Amino acid sequence: MSSKSLHVLFDDDDILLDAVKQIVKSKIHINEIYTPFPVHGLDKAMKLKPTNISIATFIYGCLGFTVSVMMMNYIMIVDWPQNIGGKPSFSYIENMPAFVPIMFEMTVFFAAHLMVITFYLKSKLWPFKNAENPHPSTTDDKFLIDMETGTNVAKTKTMLKKLGAISIYVINNDEDEK
Amino acid sequence: MYKDYKFSNQIKVLSISLILIGLLGILYGFYKAPSTVEESKEIVASMSHDSDHGGYGYGDSDHEGYGYGDSDHGHESSGHEYDHDKHVFNQLHNKPWAAIYVPALFFMMISLGVLAFYAIQRASQAGWSIVLYRIMEGITGYLFLGCVFVLIILGFSALKFNHLFIWMDPEVVAHDEIIRNKIGYLNIPFFFIRAIVYVAGWVIYREITRRLSLQQDEKNDISVHKKLFKFSAGFLVFFLVSESMMSWDWIMSIDPHWFSTLFGWYVFAGMFVSGITTIALITIYLKSKNYLEFVNNSHIHDLAKFMFGVSIFWAYLWFSQFMLIWYSNIPEEVTYFITRIEDYNFLFFGMVVLNLIFPLIVLMNSDFKKTNFIVILTGIVIIIGHYIDVYNMIMPSAVGDMWSFGPAEIGEFMFFLGVFLYVVFRAISKAPILAKGDPFIEESKTFQYYNLD
Repeated sequence: MSSKSLHVLFDDDDILLDAVKQIVKSKIHINEIYTPFPVHGLDKAMKLKPTNISIATFIYGCLGFTVSVMMMNYIMIVDWPQNIGGKPSFSYIENMPAFVPIMFEMTVFFAAHLMVITFYLKSKLWPFKNAENPHPSTTDDKFLIDMETGTNVAKTKTMLKKLGAISIYVINNDEDEK
Repeated sequence: MYKDYKFSNQIKVLSISLILIGLLGILYGFYKAPSTVEESKEIVASMSHDSDHGGYGYGDSDHEGYGYGDSDHGHESSGHEYDHDKHVFNQLHNKPWAAIYVPALFFMMISLGVLAFYAIQRASQAGWSIVLYRIMEGITGYLFLGCVFVLIILGFSALKFNHLFIWMDPEVVAHDEIIRNKIGYLNIPFFFIRAIVYVAGWVIYREITRRLSLQQDEKNDISVHKKLFKFSAGFLVFFLVSESMMSWDWIMSIDPHWFSTLFGWYVFAGMFVSGITTIALITIYLKSKNYLEFVNNSHIHDLAKFMFGVSIFWAYLWFSQFMLIWYSNIPEEVTYFITRIEDYNFLFFGMVVLNLIFPLIVLMNSDFKKTNFIVILTGIVIIIGHYIDVYNMIMPSAVGDMWSFGPAEIGEFMFFLGVFLYVVFRAISKAPILAKGDPFIEESKTFQYYNLD
């Protein structure tokens, strides 16, 4: 059985958003949507699960905080104790205010970088990867929905036309693989 | 259809009883204060007898504390004997005045912070906050009275009823070279000229925008909106300069030897976050009384985001000020923090927990920011925290380690809270509860943060 899918182009984000809501309502599965910019509310309309990346980021931040505390303790207190600002106490807690900027920066550094790396891994992105977008104009001013055909292709097509699609391509996935 | 707010008896009774109880506290505070050096000696003696007075800082640190503290009479008078009893008398004599100055300043600054927030909304032509304009205008209704209270207390200082501002005492200035060098700025006539300029600028802006805002309800005219924009943008320039100078004059000059270049910002962050918190608290209260049906949880969410963000901003400035002074360890700068850490340790660090750690942890979650109960809880914590912040700015410089937190302090807080509530809710009841003439009013009513359900 050949599996087919539809690539539907839109030229306006509001029309796209309404169309997505209708498609979801008619129970046709949407594989992916390609947009030139982030469209607010699209994830809600597609009924995507809320992201957990903020929780992951919080954990990365805690990790960065811990690393910075241990790092400063090792560098400044254990390995090579230094007399800074006339405070030769060689105690971590008494010199702690001086380390706060480092703790802050390391927390932000870990949270930000690990968050971005996590995001890349989750989205299967890496340097020099070939672009996956099926239609070049999705990087310009068009919006593309990659969706299943539904039970009746013709009926789906008329529905999409009514919803404001500017063009519809039927994609035969089996041929692509050869 | 929404209904306009009627000044409810509940608030009236509450505020008037707060004022009455507060007055008792104020009288008690002044009654307890010594009027002669002998009396103050007795008080100090009775204090050291029952040292299990719980939480008070005196007794142990008596002598080591005095090099810093306030340098009133002390270290510059070489040859003179250090007049310890006179010094303690001045501190105890100052105490009720300083205690009344703290809440007077605190509530005035809430009002001023809201005024700045309002001007920012007007100048940025914000869309989301228009439904809250009348609440902000209500809170800034207290500004004039609040400034009058502060000016009266400053006037009493200038008339030598107390010793809060030691540079106002010519005898002190004569023996103090540092203050003498600052006399071009710190002198009584110029001090009051400046104070009147600040207060006039703030109050005039408040009255003009209030009038224009009410005028906008009646006529559908874009010119009013443009005028409001221009006044607000101009006011913000004036405000940032005058607020900074106000903080030097009214707070920093209590410690005339000490200075910090970011003090104006620090005070601003504190008043800004307490002002925004007050907006949130009053909005949620009125909404619970079925008045603000056009306010939805996205508006609350936005206010809570501001509370969260500005709390962090406040902590950033608090720490920046602390760390640089701690690090460089220059004697005349570091005295400020030595007094606070030795004599006010619990309050000084406790306030960081209330003002940073608590809001940071609680309001981090997006769902919590739209929950009225949690915003109220955090709001009350922030208000208490910033009251302690103002207490920490005034008290250590004014009374040194002779501080306590008793019926007088609570009474004075209640008095100003009562006046504040009375004036604010009366001002809200005086105008339609919705600024319906604003060109962006529909945007504000239908405001929906896309990430909230």
